Amino acid sequence: MKILISALVVIVVLAGAALAYALGPSAIATVERPMPESFSGAEVKRGAELARLGYCNTCHTVRGGDPYAGGYAIETSFGTIYSTNITPDEETGIGRWSQEAFSRSLREGLDREGHHLYPAFPYTHFTKLTDQDARALYAFFMTRTPIRRSPRENDLPFPLNWRPVLAGWKLFFFDSGRFEPDGNASDTVNHGAYLVEGLSHCGACHTPRNFLQAEKRDDFLRGGEAEGWTAPAIAGDLPTPKGWTEAGLKSYLTGSFTADHGVAAGPMQPVAENLAAVPAADVEAIAAYVLPKMRSGAGKLAPAAATSEQGGNGNDEGRVLYAGLCASCHEASSPARRAHGMNLADSSALNEATSRNFVNFVLAGVQPPEGRAGSFMPALAGSLTDEQLTVLAAYLRHAKAGLRPWDDLGKTISNVRETMRRADAEPQR
Amino acid sequence: MTRFTVNDRPFSTETDVETPLLYVLRNELELNGAKFGCGLGQCGACTVLLDGEAVFSCLIPLAALEGRNVTTLEGLGTIDDPGPVQAAFIEEQAAQCGYCIPGMIMRTQGMLNRNPAPSEREIREHLNPNLCRCGTHMRILRAARRAAGKPAGDQAALAERSAT
Amino acid sequence: MNALSGPALSRRSLLGGGGALILSFSLAPRSALSQSEEAQVSGTGPLPGSLSDFPYLDSWIRIDEDDSITVFTGKAELGQGIRTALIQVAAEQLDVDFSRVVLETADTGQTPNEGYTAASHSMSESGTAILNAAAQVRALLIARAADQLGLSADQLTVDDGVITGGGRSLSYGKLVGPDVLHVQAQPQSPIKDPSTNRIIGKAVRRIDIPAKLTGAVAYVQDLRLPGMVHARVVRPPVYGARLTGIDTSEVETMPGVVQVIRDGNYLAVVARGEFQAIQAMRALAAAAEWGGGIALPEKTEIYDVLKRLPSQESVIQEKGSGGGQGTRIEAAYHRPYQLHGSIGPSCAVGHVDGDRLTVWSHTQGVYPDRDAIAEMVRMPPENVRVIHMEGAGCYGHNGADDAAADAALIATKVPGTPVRVQWMREDEHRFEPYGSAMVVEASAALGESGTITDWVYDVWSTPHSTRPGSAGNLLAANLIADPFQADEPISIPQPAGGGDRNAVPGYDFPNSRVTKHFIRSMPLRVSAMRSLGAYMNVFALESFMDELALKAGADPVEFRLKHLSDPRARDVVTTVADRFGWSDWKRKGPGHGRGFAYARYKNLAVYCAVALEIEVEREAGLVRILRAVAATDSGQAVNPDGIRNQTEGGIVQSASWTLYEEVDYSTDEILSRDWASYPIMRFPAVPGAVEVHVIDRPGEPFLGTGEGSQGPTAAAIANAFADATGRRIRDLPLSPEKIRRTLEA
Ligand code: FES
Ligand code: FES
Repeated sequence: MKILISALVVIVVLAGAALAYALGPSAIATVERPMPESFSGAEVKRGAELARLGYCNTCHTVRGGDPYAGGYAIETSFGTIYSTNITPDEETGIGRWSQEAFSRSLREGLDREGHHLYPAFPYTHFTKLTDQDARALYAFFMTRTPIRRSPRENDLPFPLNWRPVLAGWKLFFFDSGRFEPDGNASDTVNHGAYLVEGLSHCGACHTPRNFLQAEKRDDFLRGGEAEGWTAPAIAGDLPTPKGWTEAGLKSYLTGSFTADHGVAAGPMQPVAENLAAVPAADVEAIAAYVLPKMRSGAGKLAPAAATSEQGGNGNDEGRVLYAGLCASCHEASSPARRAHGMNLADSSALNEATSRNFVNFVLAGVQPPEGRAGSFMPALAGSLTDEQLTVLAAYLRHAKAGLRPWDDLGKTISNVRETMRRADAEPQR
Repeated sequence: MTRFTVNDRPFSTETDVETPLLYVLRNELELNGAKFGCGLGQCGACTVLLDGEAVFSCLIPLAALEGRNVTTLEGLGTIDDPGPVQAAFIEEQAAQCGYCIPGMIMRTQGMLNRNPAPSEREIREHLNPNLCRCGTHMRILRAARRAAGKPAGDQAALAERSAT
Repeated sequence: MNALSGPALSRRSLLGGGGALILSFSLAPRSALSQSEEAQVSGTGPLPGSLSDFPYLDSWIRIDEDDSITVFTGKAELGQGIRTALIQVAAEQLDVDFSRVVLETADTGQTPNEGYTAASHSMSESGTAILNAAAQVRALLIARAADQLGLSADQLTVDDGVITGGGRSLSYGKLVGPDVLHVQAQPQSPIKDPSTNRIIGKAVRRIDIPAKLTGAVAYVQDLRLPGMVHARVVRPPVYGARLTGIDTSEVETMPGVVQVIRDGNYLAVVARGEFQAIQAMRALAAAAEWGGGIALPEKTEIYDVLKRLPSQESVIQEKGSGGGQGTRIEAAYHRPYQLHGSIGPSCAVGHVDGDRLTVWSHTQGVYPDRDAIAEMVRMPPENVRVIHMEGAGCYGHNGADDAAADAALIATKVPGTPVRVQWMREDEHRFEPYGSAMVVEASAALGESGTITDWVYDVWSTPHSTRPGSAGNLLAANLIADPFQADEPISIPQPAGGGDRNAVPGYDFPNSRVTKHFIRSMPLRVSAMRSLGAYMNVFALESFMDELALKAGADPVEFRLKHLSDPRARDVVTTVADRFGWSDWKRKGPGHGRGFAYARYKNLAVYCAVALEIEVEREAGLVRILRAVAATDSGQAVNPDGIRNQTEGGIVQSASWTLYEEVDYSTDEILSRDWASYPIMRFPAVPGAVEVHVIDRPGEPFLGTGEGSQGPTAAAIANAFADATGRRIRDLPLSPEKIRRTLEA
């Protein structure tokens, strides 16, 4: 039955594609590149903040590369998409795009020439942007340093490399339209909703996706995944033992360690880095909107009934590994434990239903951004064998979180190792 | 009892299995190469190879070592017959106080085990876990390049970086 | 390796070698003056370098009948390479092969008291003494040979310690006899013509490197004595806290624990195994209850706090009548507390044997440390021996002396057993004495001709030396039941200065008034950190010079040269400008910039200029140093590669200080406890290229190198940032956050 529906959807997508191809959206004429002086300082400044709230730098900059010059690889389940150059270079960037073309790309997912954009670019969220914010963003990007650099070709199989397919996809999964405030909510909450649902596109990671990579609207913010990490549920019953407070959430969102939950890591780390650099009011609004949705502790699984299966040797071996490996930072009695040596009992990663974040933490580690203080977890990929990590995980799940061992552990470990190996083999240029 | 090899020789110890490898290397085997710097996995002064990969010996309990192979600085060569990475570091005079250098040598060896022809960016990324406070970095990089069979000088590296 | 031969070795056995000429050398300094780096005593005596304190030649050089040559220095190898450089000097002047000379470094049992190894003084004090002593020894032996051979000195030749003339040869060993070298040095020495040098001026490879890189016993951390036990200290959570309660019974039963030590507020544990000591320390720390303690200042207000604290004012330069004409500009600069941050935490081994105590330590001053330790453990100083062994680079007064005190104190509690103490990372970060926070206010007038007509400069700082003179400057001594109080800190006088080091401009200004505001109290514990106040003063002064150049519409290099008459200063400036390609440099685009800075360290030591090219990553708030070019004139260059190594290191270290570093604290505690909470530069961020040009001045005095480049690097970075972005940051560090805020403002 499911297969039937899927097949049907695919057929419709392709048909829609053909239709859209026939009716193809039109190109918007090029303009002279606007001079930086033609924008007001205030507009550029707000544009800079909005660019951070949309994390534009994360996907449009390769590590150590020129800001916004694109080329960042986004791995999807279908293949690799490389981000575009959004500096105002006239040839390879968006230097000759008009405001109209720029706004249309953000909100309709079309480039200047009218080609459909892959939804790895979150226009399904950006469509909520106000005109004013789209203008500020335009002002910001048009005043960046132009960098001449052509993006790399996407690495997608047929028919996905045929852009008109996207028209069909949009037909199903894309609702164009500006944000509409909730008359019953405060301005702060409305601003938060505008950011979370729109520019900050939280759902892109924190909402589960269907087989065609569209967010499942009914499960908005109920947990998804990103770049090999679990993006924990924000809305609904959360497995974390300790509740979130407004202060805790704000400090988490801005990259600080929160003793009750941990630290923004993996793909959440650049998000927090950006949020640390925007006005406090924006972060406050996000927190105000999100906090009431979070029911911490309610989703905590029932504690493991019996310890026999991971008891005995397994458990003791795990305890020993913990004592020699983890205790110097994580054990309460260690003087080294400070702001970022967390009590693992409260760790979100350890309490999640999947082991993915835990394994990522242990194998790949976490390092604060260059030159900044922050949580540090050494990468231990070379230190632990798969068996040892399994034993350690079982011990920690039991002794610290009071939970049964994960059953996806073996697969996750090999996945994470594989991802790390690949990242090592072909580093981002 | 934990059994593993150190520099290709079998070793066994009755020491409490919680004890991190670093202390066993230094105090039981009297090997000086691995140094204590932080005990937290933040500085790399204690770096050794475990089954060929660079790891922090301050964070590996004996319990994780059963049947595995440890290589320390002493396993790479001797003062009269230094190994190729050691020789590269001597050639470049890559030390001030030298305290961090054994860890740097081991990390470089770990990199070459995995990637015999690293780019400049890969060298810098790979050495990232190891800290030097004397600021010997430029020389350490030159030594690592030399050990990888590349032109050692900064200028060549600069040219390589701007070319990619 | 005498240092390794164990505590059983007596001074007599060390010194009484047969045939040695060293039998009667005096270990007591001629003057009672303690040679602190800061006191700048060298050059005041009639004899060159440290010879003024130890005039006997055999204090420095010993030659045995078997032709072995031993040179003694009171200085210590700290990673700066002096071991190699001093042997070069001795071998050159003695006319022997480099490999023939053995050097003994700081040990109260056998070397002269040269105070501290600090302030880039090793070459000027010890190097100069050895240079002159060796030249005089050579002349003395030639004269003796001439006597014995019945020839005149100019008929003799010397080759690798063998004097030949008239077909006969005599080796140095055959020429020495009792007391031949026990003569006082002369003020003038027959130094070889520098143009004939074979060893001085050559990039000789460092002799200590191969051993360090292959795992030899190279550091005090590597010292293992028979029966040695391990100790760890449990420190109070904050300065001045009192131990209010502890139940040690459980810790005492932990595996391997030998003893829990509680002496007043001093808490430590001794165990057989090192990791057992660490585990016991953790348990002890968890069991300890502390009360009280001194509140720290609000970090965000620290500079106001400094300016409000009572200070002692002294005008250190008053030139002209003041009030030169022209456009006046003003600026204020700030520097936070910063860490030495040795990679290897401080460590020492102590051993009480009968009524004798021996301590192996990486202290910079074996004699002053010995005196302070003796006072603390209430033993006569002659019963205490402090032997220097290398540690990780210290960059000034770090935890070394305090760890030595820990080892000494704990050794007295377990007499007969050698005990090794190593600090944990958080001990080092929280309890080492920091480099002081500082405030500078500068104002200057720019005349019509584009020259500076008036200069007014004020600097506020807490002390820059709290080294042990007496026991009270050792942490352990403050904590024991019968505690010692810290010495009243002193303001280090000019010309070296402490907080005011390099506060006097090296430029020719007609009117200049420079005032130092010495703050005696210490909201945070501070002491000497590499280059002391010079880092901050050069940062401020050279930043301000660029601000003035900009105002005058002048090129920064031209502007400096316009105010600089010392030819050697001009030389380093033009060399760097040349090698950097200053005059035809082109900006590649916004965010790309270049900066220049120059200083002569302490206005009397090494000359150094730095130019660098950076790129600012605006979004991330990061400065990327693409390339740095430096020139240094350290006088006669003994080992040019050593000078390059030190200068490259200084540039990278200063880049880390300047871009990232700042001790973090709340009013309750120090928050910088590890490398995660006190980040320093890592490999991906180090410069693309660093190039150092050594200007050799054969025959000129040694000027030292180690602290020349930090100040210029800091200012060059700030100047490059201003050039790249049009915005100036005057508060250190130029952290990612500050950069972002500055660029977004
Ligand atoms: S000592 Fe192991 S990483 Fe620092
Ligand atoms: S050489 Fe001293 S810490 Fe690296």
